[in-house]
Amino acid sequence: MSKRKPYTRELPTDWWMKQLFYTKYMLREGSSVLISIYSLILAWGVLRLSQGEVAFNGWLEALQNPFAILLHLIALVFALYHTITWFSLAPKAVDLWIKGKRLDDKVIISGHYAAFIVATVLCLLIITL
Amino acid sequence: MNQKIIEIDILRYRPEEDDHPFTQTFDVPYSADMSILEALQYIKDHLDSSISFRWSCRMAICGSCGLMVNGVPKLGCKAFLRDYFPKRISLEPLANFPIERDLVVVMDDFINKLEEIKPYIIPEKNEAGDKKCLSEGAYKQTPEQMEKYRQFSMCINCGLCYAACPQYALDKKFIGPAALTLLARYNRDNRDAGSAERMKIVNQEEGVWGCTFVGYCSVVCPKGVDPAAAIQLLKVESSKDYLIGMFKPE
Amino acid sequence: MTEQKEKKYIRSHEPIFWGLFGAGGMLTAFLTPVMILITGLLIPLGIIDKGNFNYQTLHSFATSWYGAAIVLVLVALPLWHTLHRIFHALHDLGVKRGRDWQQVLCYGFAFAVSVFTFTILLQMF
Repeated sequence: MSKRKPYTRELPTDWWMKQLFYTKYMLREGSSVLISIYSLILAWGVLRLSQGEVAFNGWLEALQNPFAILLHLIALVFALYHTITWFSLAPKAVDLWIKGKRLDDKVIISGHYAAFIVATVLCLLIITL
Repeated sequence: MNQKIIEIDILRYRPEEDDHPFTQTFDVPYSADMSILEALQYIKDHLDSSISFRWSCRMAICGSCGLMVNGVPKLGCKAFLRDYFPKRISLEPLANFPIERDLVVVMDDFINKLEEIKPYIIPEKNEAGDKKCLSEGAYKQTPEQMEKYRQFSMCINCGLCYAACPQYALDKKFIGPAALTLLARYNRDNRDAGSAERMKIVNQEEGVWGCTFVGYCSVVCPKGVDPAAAIQLLKVESSKDYLIGMFKPE
Repeated sequence: MTEQKEKKYIRSHEPIFWGLFGAGGMLTAFLTPVMILITGLLIPLGIIDKGNFNYQTLHSFATSWYGAAIVLVLVALPLWHTLHRIFHALHDLGVKRGRDWQQVLCYGFAFAVSVFTFTILLQMF
């Protein structure tokens, strides 16, 4: 008779808190909660925009609330974390070959950052000018 | 001269006697060039001959000696005491696999998945519908064509990526990193004509879509295979396949 | 010997959601930080002048066809990214019950906000 008796270990529900790598993964996924809230704030702004100037300025004023500022500050940190993680993983989804060689990861990542800086500056210019 | 000692905690499980694994601590004489595998061999030779672990080549190519070192999947032969000393080391069997005995795990699920993805070249069929015969000519491959899959062919089936994958931990139906990478390896091989068969495996929920791109598989891989990249590329292929399938149902 | 049965493979519809997730993630990675910076911090704190972010300019922008399209994409597309992640994160957190309903709720939410924004923009024309 077989003496085999394989033991299966249970996965703890808080597995993602026991390893820094997993925690960072969960923070990356968690960034979506704050970005969702920000999208809702924007959707609300579009609604106020459609209701006339007074309503829209009321929305702008509401954003000056210290709580709103704090929320946006946290959202900004998470959004930047999303950007960094997104760019760092981007080369894995790219299958570009030049002269029989795969495009270097560093080229892809720095290309993303260059485009990011251009887009950011462009947006700031469009708003202020 | 005092011999330096390093403490090694080993998660033990003896199926005949134990209902649960328990931790046993061993004092091993430390030297900077000693690998974890050598430390285990020291323990078996000098301290407790009943301890079980898998090993073979001692040079990171057989893929037998995978275990968790302080919670991180490693090859015992490729991890060294000097990287942990003077802190103690905790050794556990590879995570996400059932424990057979001590540091030995049951790998059947992983092996079955490797077989399922048809890890061999499936030849194209000729006009008569038969498989291409060797007499009809060799399969040619340029260095560029080989380069497309070479990285994904370096896998030694050690299972570290499965121990690193939370999605496999959460759902054992997930095909998992190494098997999907090997699948990508054959699908990217120009001599192979089995892509359509294998895409059926890829396209499932438990195919590439079980992956959420945690990316730890690629970090722990001892051979730099990058399973996360292979799976991402397969996701792109699966999406193309989905679009084609919408317009051209089978 | 019994003949081995061909395993039945079920195709996942994930490519649709993954496509939206990827597009939204790309947009979010490039533009969300600067958007939050402008609308959430620089303007409310008065660090930069409202400039073009005033009612008249924005209203005329949002009532042009291309402006409306841009606003819709900027507001709604990130949600297809974030709710996809939230749906999968629920699985990671071990919320096993009612995966079907979780899916309906998550993507339904993204869909609802998209329709909401789309309707408002349509009204403004």
